[in-house]
Amino acid sequence: MPVSNANWKPKIVAFCCNWCSYAGADLAGSGRMQYPADVKIIRVPCSCRVNPLFILRAFERGADGVIICGCHPGDCHYTSGNYFARRRMTLLFSMLDYLGIERDRTRVEWVSAAEGAKFAKTMNEFVETIYTLGENRKLRDIRCRK
Amino acid sequence: MRTFSAEKLESLISSMTLPVYAPVEEGNTVIYAPYEAGKKLRLDKVGTDKTPKEVLFPQWETLMHFRMEGKTIELTEEERAKEDYVLFGVRACDMQAIRVLDKVFLSDPVDTYYAARREHGIIVGLACDQPGKNCFCKNFDIDPAQPDTDLVLWPAGDTYYCEAYTDKGRALMDGWDTEEADENAVAEIKENIAKKYDALPFAHLNLTGFDGEHLMEKFESPQWKKLSMACLGCGTCTFSCPTCQCYDIRDYDTGHGIQRYRCWDSCMYSDFTLMAHGTNRPTQLEKYRQRFMHKLVYFPSRNEGMYSCVGCGRCIEKCPMNLNIVKVIKALGEGEKE
Amino acid sequence: MMKKIKARALSLLSDGTVKRVLGWETGETAWDWSPALFETEKEMDSFVYGVYAGANLSKYCLKMGKMDGKTLVILKPCDTLSFRQLLHEHRLERDAFYIIGAGCTGMQDENSLLMKCAACKSKNFAVYDEIIDTEEAKQPTGTKNRMEDVEKLEQMTAEERFAFWQGELSRCIRCNACRNVCPACSCIKCVFDNPSSGVQSKAPVTDFEENMFHIIRAYHVAGRCTDCGECSRVCPQHIPLHLLNRKFIKDMNELYGEYQAGRSDDERTPLTSYTMEDAEPGIVHERGRG
Repeated sequence: MPVSNANWKPKIVAFCCNWCSYAGADLAGSGRMQYPADVKIIRVPCSCRVNPLFILRAFERGADGVIICGCHPGDCHYTSGNYFARRRMTLLFSMLDYLGIERDRTRVEWVSAAEGAKFAKTMNEFVETIYTLGENRKLRDIRCRK
Repeated sequence: MRTFSAEKLESLISSMTLPVYAPVEEGNTVIYAPYEAGKKLRLDKVGTDKTPKEVLFPQWETLMHFRMEGKTIELTEEERAKEDYVLFGVRACDMQAIRVLDKVFLSDPVDTYYAARREHGIIVGLACDQPGKNCFCKNFDIDPAQPDTDLVLWPAGDTYYCEAYTDKGRALMDGWDTEEADENAVAEIKENIAKKYDALPFAHLNLTGFDGEHLMEKFESPQWKKLSMACLGCGTCTFSCPTCQCYDIRDYDTGHGIQRYRCWDSCMYSDFTLMAHGTNRPTQLEKYRQRFMHKLVYFPSRNEGMYSCVGCGRCIEKCPMNLNIVKVIKALGEGEKE
Repeated sequence: MMKKIKARALSLLSDGTVKRVLGWETGETAWDWSPALFETEKEMDSFVYGVYAGANLSKYCLKMGKMDGKTLVILKPCDTLSFRQLLHEHRLERDAFYIIGAGCTGMQDENSLLMKCAACKSKNFAVYDEIIDTEEAKQPTGTKNRMEDVEKLEQMTAEERFAFWQGELSRCIRCNACRNVCPACSCIKCVFDNPSSGVQSKAPVTDFEENMFHIIRAYHVAGRCTDCGECSRVCPQHIPLHLLNRKFIKDMNELYGEYQAGRSDDERTPLTSYTMEDAEPGIVHERGRG
């Protein structure tokens, strides 16, 4: 099923931790920094709340890219949550790569509450990458397609 | 009786205009799938990894779709099978299994999804000249040399003999490039097959007492505890069984509607027939007992003695813990003698 | 060895040290042994131990642990790792079991040496009350590098890997044997059986579901999987599921230091610990580009 329509818009899910990255997204907003509307933010208490199933479910439901944002290592509101998230996501991404899924569809970025600009830049870059990769065909549930 | 050379088998299959489901190699398994050029035909495989049941009653199928528009619900039913197809290389045990499925799905209320597939299928049987080591179809009055199909093939070295038994079968065979053969050509083959099957280790099991009369006796047997101990509660036996017919109907939320589908279910699963009261068969003992009681006692007691085990031997080969119906028949049969 | 084990089990059963014996019993043919529970000396007549005792009995201990009195369990060297891992997770009480560590000369099925034995990890017992083995059983069985096949896959292109796994996983019939046999899969209710989880499914309806089930199955046991190889042994569709588990093990060994689940009682698993200097997830991306 080649994507013939130039109108194709990617769907991107961003899991943002409540304490840093979500505030960073807020700051990007209040600072009127532009990032594509293709990014849908889901607020989670901590980056380590993100269960691998969340990521797979996002792909199932038609996401083309998933990005997880959390506090910088060392700055976790719960002291160590993002350290655990780091290991989990590394292993999960490696596994997806092992199964032949494009490795650039997933990403982890640390964004603090003060880094509105970084948030916007990260999202712009990530959306750009997903546009280059095109539609997610390998990891989706065909039943969810219209 | 007609005959053709074994070399012509593949071209004969490709020459049929209807879609042909045949046992083909898929990875390191053999399954019934549409035959196409390049696929490796495996008519030699006894106890294929997936059964012909799957062609008539797939592991999952969509029944209907729902879509909400405001306050109205739009319902689209999935179309029933409309096109004829050939199910090729079905052995006697698997054909008997289809008869078992017929009892379930074609009696009132008729399962129209199954009925449509059954009606459009032309089944080409294959006599078993080489039994598998786990075969025990003989116990259930199945003749491996004479599958109860529309058309039967008998392999005989470098030739095949074939004979059609129904109009569908005759129509199909008319299109094949075959030669006339002696009516008694397969008599010897049949005799040989009978001898081979008679000599199999599980060919003479004692099935006395497996009927409605002894239901409670079998049900309450103390043997079940020991028999079911090692059962993992996986669905291997039920999903590789040619007669297991339990299914579940579920709804899948696609985000833009509901897809109602049915899929095989297994009485080994913890959530099999689970309802709000939550007291479905609580332990593996009850689940395990149900499977074998159904095959050997409940089903025959309601269907004129027709067992819903056909002795194909797949569960013997597949069970990860080597539990199987032969062990059950022996244990419960012996329990009776004491 | 079998005679010794049987005699020892019988004496422990008769003197009341243990109430039951968890071992193997003979079947209809020479090789189709099943795990069995023996409660009387008479039942012990059908007790066997030998090359067809491939099943890992640790998983059954979860059930035995809830029974009255001690259970004698026969564990092979690699099975003891699973048992100790379950102890570590507080799923089993050590006092409820008497463990006979049984020497292993490599387990077989009807046709050949089991896959798990071809790449034998060790002949050491991680936990036991006594060991009964022979000189022969102390020698390593198979010397295949267990990561060999994982490495082969890693060398392929993403497209080749995708095709490989699609081919393998599309045969899955969701019988759940891989999950049910796994000693690390000890959840009382699996997320895939839970109607409120949103991912419950009884059939591999689409490619996606097959992928999701197997990724999550392997992921959930990552760090706790002892690589006992039971998942691949039991698969009726012959899917090499151990290659998923071994990939996790390989990654964890490379990134977080060599680790073997079940080898100690107080060590944290790679996924329940961290260091400040851990690699960033981006390493996966970099690795491919290198």
